Amino acid sequence: MSVAAHNPSRGRGRRSSPLSWRWGDRLVLLCAWAAGVGLCLIAGAIVIYMGYRGVEYLRPSLIFSRPQTGTSQAGSGGILDPILGTLLLTVIGIALAVPLAVGSAVWIAEYGQGGRGRQSLARVVESSVEVVAGTPDIVIALFGLAIFQLGLFAPLSFTAEGGGVYGRSFLAAGAMMSLLALPPVFAATRDGMQAVPAHMREAAFALGKTRITTIRRVLLPSVRSNIATGVTLGISRIIGDTAIVLVLLGGTHQIEPQNSVPVLGLLRGTGTALTSFVYENSPAGEGAAPQKAYAAAFVLLMFVLGLNLIVGRIGREKPLTSVV
Amino acid sequence: MLERLRTPWPDRRAERSLGALSLLVGVGVVAMVVFVGIRAWPIFEHNGLSWLGPGGHLETQFANMQATGVDAPASAFHLRAWPIVYGTLLTSVFAVGFGLAIAVLASIFIVELAPERLRRIAIPVIRLLASVPSVVYGLIGILVLVPFVGNHLITASEKASVQNTVELTGAGLGVTVVILTVMITPIMIALICEALMAAPVSWREGAIALGLNPLRAVLAVTLRAIRPAIVAAAVLASARALGEAVMIQMVSGGRFFTPKPTDGVIFPFEPLRTAASTIVDYVDGTGAPALRATLYALALMLLFSAFVLSIGGYMIKLPLRKYQTRG
Repeated sequence: MSVAAHNPSRGRGRRSSPLSWRWGDRLVLLCAWAAGVGLCLIAGAIVIYMGYRGVEYLRPSLIFSRPQTGTSQAGSGGILDPILGTLLLTVIGIALAVPLAVGSAVWIAEYGQGGRGRQSLARVVESSVEVVAGTPDIVIALFGLAIFQLGLFAPLSFTAEGGGVYGRSFLAAGAMMSLLALPPVFAATRDGMQAVPAHMREAAFALGKTRITTIRRVLLPSVRSNIATGVTLGISRIIGDTAIVLVLLGGTHQIEPQNSVPVLGLLRGTGTALTSFVYENSPAGEGAAPQKAYAAAFVLLMFVLGLNLIVGRIGREKPLTSVV
Repeated sequence: MLERLRTPWPDRRAERSLGALSLLVGVGVVAMVVFVGIRAWPIFEHNGLSWLGPGGHLETQFANMQATGVDAPASAFHLRAWPIVYGTLLTSVFAVGFGLAIAVLASIFIVELAPERLRRIAIPVIRLLASVPSVVYGLIGILVLVPFVGNHLITASEKASVQNTVELTGAGLGVTVVILTVMITPIMIALICEALMAAPVSWREGAIALGLNPLRAVLAVTLRAIRPAIVAAAVLASARALGEAVMIQMVSGGRFFTPKPTDGVIFPFEPLRTAASTIVDYVDGTGAPALRATLYALALMLLFSAFVLSIGGYMIKLPLRKYQTRG
């Protein structure tokens, strides 16, 4: 051991200098610095490079014009529809995920403890969420395709002349997106609920409130910031996902409502999102318009950066529970 | 109806509805296994489990499946998908191996070594790396890294030496593993950092008081104490690596090929396909029953491995949760 080389320091606060360490330790120290600083540099390089490309290719006209079917870079239009598609998918996914995730997290935290039956059910639910979190998005996408091609769900997507169900629509993609947002919202809510001090519940019970009233009036408001963090993480998973969009959104260049019924037609229609737009316009897709791909990827990265800032801001805000 | 919802619910009804809601998640998981399983069944029916093994030419098998159309004869279901399985394992093992080493070192750096200022930068930066969409990584890979590797790292003689079997463009194992490592390392760092911070400081202080230097104290005491967290991090990261589809589809070269370590220097440049990237590539062909069954069989394989890995990670993390409350 390095005891011999180590000079016991006198006085407070003096740290042992790496110069007196063994070579092996110095090497590990060097590697640790290299790993930490290297990752920061990689992240910086990605942001700077994408920012450079974004400034180079992104024009306001690009954001406000719709994509066109065209073979040349100049003729393929802008990225308005992908942006709107991403927003619509996010809204659908979050709207479906939040009630499910918050409801089950509340049940786990507040009701899932008492009795053996409940405990095992709680374990089943927790491990199901864990499985959903670990399932690759491409598998979720294929699962969605299998479900929405059932005749039962025909009204939710485009139906061909012969009765074949296409199984691809905003609703189908959004529903599967909700599975992506479910785990972060669930985990954030559950952890928040479990961190609420017991005396807050006891105080509410002592005032004669029922359990569900306590949950609604005391517990849920106090974990609001946790839920917000979870939702933000969920949103960033949804807008960053490509596989589900590629498989389930139909891959049309523009948002194409199924019919003229205002909201339903749109939900049943096909469209495009930022991620699939980047993919289709990269050399891997068909368009081969790398400038458009860079511009869209830059917008996507800005969204993700913004969401990251929001998470940081919410996280720094003191949760209500620590005040009590 | 609205009025009924607005009045306070009796406790029992509230509990039942919330319980039903949480059961829905479990039902969803079961439905996923059932639906994917049903659509994958023809492959298992015709090949048993040997479709995971080697044999035959995968390119012709896939072409056969696409060509047969709606009424596929039994011969169209013939599948020996070893190159795909091998490609999936190869990329994941390499990426998790490199990633784990980097993640442990970087976590020690962030928690123990970095000056306060640097740490304040490093944590959001790592979080950012974790949330960059995979398609952006793929775009950088295909437009920056692949041309660089193809033009500068592979020599013309290396390209010529294998031009009859495979074309080396730069897209392949090496670029895939590098980007995949960058993608999964932040996940591991997050888990390892969390555990490092939760480990009692007194243990480390005790080790320092016994004469170890601060770094060795971390390596010998703290790191050993959080071993379950490191294993859990590796397990969760492998689930991510196995399932990565779009990025790999973009930078892996997209050929059914098995890179062989015996090929020497060109090994990292050889193209491959993983299960997830094959699905992305062929997903438009799901009209052909044989191809559809193949894709769902690959999805079932991914689902099964994700299942095992998630449950494994969950089990490993369980004792940690108890232990972290002490920290």
